[in-house]
Amino acid sequence: MSFDAHQCPNGHVTYPGHPLCPECGEHQTETIDLSERSGEVVTWTTSTATPPGVREPNTLAIVEFDVAGTFVRAVGQVTTEDVETGDIVEPVYVEELRDPEAGIKEPESHEWDGYRFEPV
Amino acid sequence: MGVAIIEASMTKFGQRDAWICELLAEAGKECMADSSVDPDDVEHLYVSNMASGEFEGRTGVMNALAHDLGVMPAYSERVDQTSSSGGAGMYEAWQSVASGASDMTLLVGGEKMTHRTTPESTDVIASITHPVEYKHGLTLPSFAGLTARHYLERFDAPRESLARVAVKNHENGVDNPNAQFQKEITIETALESPVVADPLRLYDFCPITDGSAAMVFTTEERAAQLTDDYVVVSGIGGATDTHVVHERDDPTIMGGVVESSKRAYEMAGLGPDDLDVAELHDMFTILEFLQLEGIGVAEQGTAWELAMDGDTAKDGELPINTSGGLKSKGHPLGASGVAQGVEVFEQLVGEAGPRQVEADIGLACNVGGFGNCVITTIMEATQ
Repeated sequence: MSFDAHQCPNGHVTYPGHPLCPECGEHQTETIDLSERSGEVVTWTTSTATPPGVREPNTLAIVEFDVAGTFVRAVGQVTTEDVETGDIVEPVYVEELRDPEAGIKEPESHEWDGYRFEPV
Repeated sequence: MGVAIIEASMTKFGQRDAWICELLAEAGKECMADSSVDPDDVEHLYVSNMASGEFEGRTGVMNALAHDLGVMPAYSERVDQTSSSGGAGMYEAWQSVASGASDMTLLVGGEKMTHRTTPESTDVIASITHPVEYKHGLTLPSFAGLTARHYLERFDAPRESLARVAVKNHENGVDNPNAQFQKEITIETALESPVVADPLRLYDFCPITDGSAAMVFTTEERAAQLTDDYVVVSGIGGATDTHVVHERDDPTIMGGVVESSKRAYEMAGLGPDDLDVAELHDMFTILEFLQLEGIGVAEQGTAWELAMDGDTAKDGELPINTSGGLKSKGHPLGASGVAQGVEVFEQLVGEAGPRQVEADIGLACNVGGFGNCVITTIMEATQ
């Protein structure tokens, strides 16, 4: 498992990837693994009204990574409720972020593993 | 071709016993009766609805409604643009008349939601998110929490300013007999209510609602023959922003609001200073600020001052959400954009009763997702 941001030949980086770069329309040809990098919390929330199969409370953050001078953002769960804007966090792998069987989605249509953010 | 709206009506919003097709028929029947339009005159029928299949297991609602109202063989279509399905329906209805494809178009928007639990409804709505958002349990309320914290911290806005949006819209809703809540609240109640998505609390969110709303569109020429009380759609624009919310350059700018309102203003030859009244998509209190800034009424990071100063109150400089907004009136997804249009229509023809303000030009901004799809409509009085 990796935490891949995607890059096009023009240097635009996105997470997640897209069939075509939303910025310039080129194919995204490179991947950059964010799992070994640290990022900064841009904003966060603790949700107490969560849908079926999601932990409650669910603390979430938008995190910004500096990839060689280009900033790319990702969103995800935080390992703790003790988080603040500006905190430095690292991705931590989790096998199942929510119960695939509990929600409206066809379980096979999605991947359910991913990375939570842990304050450093 | 100039496009006019000759009638607009809505059902009572709230927790209703009726299912989706009954709700749609209720609003559609009343609107046709009030406009004296014969079912045979209806050439196009649009039904705005986000998720009747997911909520109720009911599909093909446009065909069901066409039969229930006896408007066959009119062309019929269901319009889904998530929370902005109602606005998208207005766009389709406008387009059908403007293009000459239809001389008489009926638009009905509706949703039936309250039979589901809050977590189930939240999940149906959250299914619009990208898989990398959905697997983390992102919901629309959590996007609002993330954005509200960023807005308050970045622009040094007081938390109370969001509560003031809720207090104002509840106050407006008291005078709307069709609103889900007709009850004033205090700033303290809003600020002390349970946390839903920190820093936002219960009263920063609209409720889950059943309801339906309808409008009749025709040419300006035909409208003038049929009634004295009609309004003209002078500008309408739709726009789309990123699907993945965190990929937007600036989390506090709703690109779809900016672009759709720009298109609507250009078409109407008007600007934000010309507005007399507006209905904004206050699914969450923070959205009222982001839309006021997106439609150009306030500079970025300053709309909270309008709430603090009372400029957006019913007796303020630009009354916002005289209907009570989604906050107080309720938010039956597919109906909401149409119901926004109903309020602007009633304000412009002078039928808003105790909610009436002085208005010749009104705007409605209907937001889908978290600003993912947006429709802005400008309407003008003719009398």
